[in-house]
Amino acid sequence: MTLLSRTADNLFWMARYMERADSVARILDAAYRLSSLPTAYGGLTSEWDSAIATAGCTAAYAAAHEKVTPEAVVHFLAVSPENPSSIRRCLEIARANARAERTALTIEMWEAINDSYLTMQGWVDRGVSLADLPRFLAFAKEAALRFDGSAHRTMLRTDAFWFTCLGLCTERADNTARILDVKYHVLLPDHARVGGGLDYYQWASILRSVSALTSYRWVYRDSVKPWLVADLLILKEDMPRSLAACYRSINGYLDELSTAYGWQGNSQRLARSVHMRLGNTSIETIFQSGLHEFVESFLAQNNELGAAIAEQYLS
Amino acid sequence: MRIRVSHTTRYDYSPPAKSAIQLLRLTPRGHEGQHVRHWRIDVDAPCRLKAGEDALGNITHAFTLEGPIQSFSVTVDGEVETQDSAGVVRGTVERFPPGLFLRTTTLTEPDDAILALAGEVREAMRRDPIVGLHDLSGMIHARMAFDTEATTTATKAGAALALGHGVCQDFAHIFISAARVLGVSARYVSGYLLRHDGLVVQEAGHAWAEAHVGGLGWVGFDPAHGLSPTDAYVRLAAALDYHGAAPILGSRYGGGQESLDVSVRVEHARRQIQS
Amino acid sequence: MTPRAFDEMGGFGEGCRPCYAALKRWLDEAPAELLDQRRKEAELLFRRIGITFAVYGEQAAQERLIPFDIIPRVIAGNEWRKLSHGLEQRVKALNALLKDVYGHREIVRAGVVPEELILCNPYFRPEMAQLRLAGDIYVAIAGIDVVRVDADTFYVLEDNARTPSGVSYMLENREAMIRLFPELFSRQSIAPVDGYPDELLATLHSIAPRRGEESCVVLLTPGPYNSAYYEHSFLADKLGVELVEGRDLFVRDETVFMRTTQGPKRVDVIYSRIDDDFLDPLAFRPDSVLGVPGLMLAYRAGNVSLANAVGTGVADDKAIYSYMPEIVRFYLGEEPILQNVPTWRCREPEALAYVLDHLGDLVVKEVNGSGGYGMLVGPAADAATRRLFAEKLKRRPDNFIAQPTLALSTCPTFVGSGIAPRHVDLRPFVLTGADKVRIVPGGLTRVALVEGSLVVNSSQGGGTKDTWILGE
Repeated sequence: MTLLSRTADNLFWMARYMERADSVARILDAAYRLSSLPTAYGGLTSEWDSAIATAGCTAAYAAAHEKVTPEAVVHFLAVSPENPSSIRRCLEIARANARAERTALTIEMWEAINDSYLTMQGWVDRGVSLADLPRFLAFAKEAALRFDGSAHRTMLRTDAFWFTCLGLCTERADNTARILDVKYHVLLPDHARVGGGLDYYQWASILRSVSALTSYRWVYRDSVKPWLVADLLILKEDMPRSLAACYRSINGYLDELSTAYGWQGNSQRLARSVHMRLGNTSIETIFQSGLHEFVESFLAQNNELGAAIAEQYLS
Repeated sequence: MRIRVSHTTRYDYSPPAKSAIQLLRLTPRGHEGQHVRHWRIDVDAPCRLKAGEDALGNITHAFTLEGPIQSFSVTVDGEVETQDSAGVVRGTVERFPPGLFLRTTTLTEPDDAILALAGEVREAMRRDPIVGLHDLSGMIHARMAFDTEATTTATKAGAALALGHGVCQDFAHIFISAARVLGVSARYVSGYLLRHDGLVVQEAGHAWAEAHVGGLGWVGFDPAHGLSPTDAYVRLAAALDYHGAAPILGSRYGGGQESLDVSVRVEHARRQIQS
Repeated sequence: MTPRAFDEMGGFGEGCRPCYAALKRWLDEAPAELLDQRRKEAELLFRRIGITFAVYGEQAAQERLIPFDIIPRVIAGNEWRKLSHGLEQRVKALNALLKDVYGHREIVRAGVVPEELILCNPYFRPEMAQLRLAGDIYVAIAGIDVVRVDADTFYVLEDNARTPSGVSYMLENREAMIRLFPELFSRQSIAPVDGYPDELLATLHSIAPRRGEESCVVLLTPGPYNSAYYEHSFLADKLGVELVEGRDLFVRDETVFMRTTQGPKRVDVIYSRIDDDFLDPLAFRPDSVLGVPGLMLAYRAGNVSLANAVGTGVADDKAIYSYMPEIVRFYLGEEPILQNVPTWRCREPEALAYVLDHLGDLVVKEVNGSGGYGMLVGPAADAATRRLFAEKLKRRPDNFIAQPTLALSTCPTFVGSGIAPRHVDLRPFVLTGADKVRIVPGGLTRVALVEGSLVVNSSQGGGTKDTWILGE
């Protein structure tokens, strides 16, 4: 069994970009809902500003637009060809990666990606208005679901599959951490006026951006409290978008690889150490030593893992 | 004349490169006018330096480096004894008949300007090829200005002629291209030049041309100086064009910016001993 | 005027030839609606395959599909036997020529071929000189274009010794025919072609430099944007070998490796579908990003085999082509079994004068041209076109050869108005390994779909047919 590094690299990035498309769609969704509330509930910061920041596009946006308007942000994050993280560019890049490895994919996966790409071209031609946004976001989220589903249902459980999953989980961990990074201030204890309408919507919005509003209720049986929101997003392994869940999966896939190949390296060591630290801490400890610092350090470690996987397998 | 050469090329990569491969044509062979007293190549990184010979008979050394590579350098150091032979080169290793050197290459492809240049010496060539070729060399010398900024290693003969500027490589390519148009086998020679103005430290090696003339064999022409090579010239490699005779060709994988630092010293061997 | 053409089914009008009897009966019996329906199915089938063809590259997506004609081209078993002997002889001579060209050049010393045609040939690679290849195999995969003019005579039109393409169509066409017309295959014995990938793999393994070990074969492609990428990925799949791009390979200490997720893996044989020029930036075009730096070092050190070898283009040059009968005699001491089309080399003044006087009767081709470009079909051209071409010819006579207009055989073909004869050629594929020569019975039949046209190239509106070699 031989897998070219280039093939593994393309699969890894194909999955990362599909996941990023999904994440940007959820960020837009959360911003859209928050912005549709009466201003009294919306807080002082513009949700559209923070959507750009969460998607990691602040500098790129500033280069393209002078003012933050809902229409401009929707265009920029949904269909702009200039924004490398727009949903459109993510789908295009994912497809380019997939096309280069057409023979490594199953027909179902290729069709899932290619169909999304073709549908996206229609949206590009029409443009996405604020009124269209819910329909567009439904499409984008479904594209990711269909891709994930086809990968899990049809791919052989060999290294090609594990690299695809590694791409997805690494990206997902990055996205969750970035949401925390941008929103950490509304989760800080001194900010917590429990039951205050303004913050409730902010917290709910965070949960929505990781599709976890329902899960929250189910896990905590409690009203929305900021430290529990952070707990869910960081430490709850049951929550598929939490950092801990991502790293449990990452470790699993890296173990599969090291068993199949008969050797392990830096990626395995790094991933285990991150997972161990997530398992050995509590949300109280994290708040004590600083949520912001914690998230920053996690993002750096996650990048480091990406580089280690690239170094060990993909180049 | 005894000439001492030391030539160092240093590469720096930031961030470091993952691997590198290099092909060197940095070792002279002896012929009637050139005796290699000693010559040493050194790469200051762990590698296997594999000696060989290319298809045209030039001595090659190849090596690969495994990263991360921050920097490395290639140094040659040697001494050559030369004799003046009025430009005629005898006793060289030849793997092909001279007819091979009528081939066109990308760098020496003639364009209209080269055809016109060749036309100007056609008549002289018909009467006496040696005179015609000297005319050609002299015309290139007169029309081209030496300029290290105007061209690159990928500049074609015709483009350099149109610019009217270039380095010794361009001068040689123009000569070769025009000579081949005239049905004369011609080739590119890389090497070193002991400068008569006493300038020891140079920015680069030298390059000139050789043409095959019935009755004489291969004869050197240095259009950059409008002369034939003398005993001040050290001949390294000969090929169809620069690319085939390049002293160093390399490629690397990964890494960021590459920066290159070349230092060439060519001097009288005796002076070296006295100092 | 083009002479009357031989028809593969009806000969020169003497009635149905025996090898076509079963097919003709079926064509006559089958109701018109059935044929029409199968044609539509074939179109649908190929459009579906075509969609997968097209996904590989933005440019490929805009390319037309190569039209497929459902009426097969049939060759009798005994005809094929003679033809395949001729092909084997021809390719043997090509390999002997290349070995000599990169060795002592006896053929030049003997005065058979002029030195400059070899040394100054754009496809000649000095880097190949004095290199010993496994089994002396230069052309492991040859595509020899042949045309037929009567019941007994095949002419070789062109030797493709670099990277002959089209074998995927041979295989796909057969697949389609078996699916669409299973009843035809039960009526008579038609030699199978689906062993080609196995034969190719065996050929590639036979030239591996390391003996007695499991050798690693890869297929080297320029990448998804190349127009033949579909064929590259199709073949890699069928062969079960890695489809690699230049950046997937690297050279360390004169050995070629591919980058895999399990670390470097040594490569022994490269089935290269990249032009020589782009193979190694250290040896050929320095600006190539498709190649592998140092590949020629590994090749010259004997640590990797390339199929086809570097520099085989000298042998498929049209000027060299004209010497093929002498080349066969020189190396093999045999009379050529396959005819060469009489060729005027315009580099020779008498030949040039003749060609200029008879432009209206001749086909004039560029020495290194391919794909049907840059040629003049005299009888089909008007006076002004001929005049312009004569000027081109006079400027660079050495760049052209001329041949008489051959009456290529015709084959019944579906056209808008029903079934009509159209001109065809045939590209059989000859595999030469260090152990033996393998020729899969059949090849790619190309058909000029335009009435009267003699140009079968797909780039010029040609189509393809399945090719049946009947059992004897």
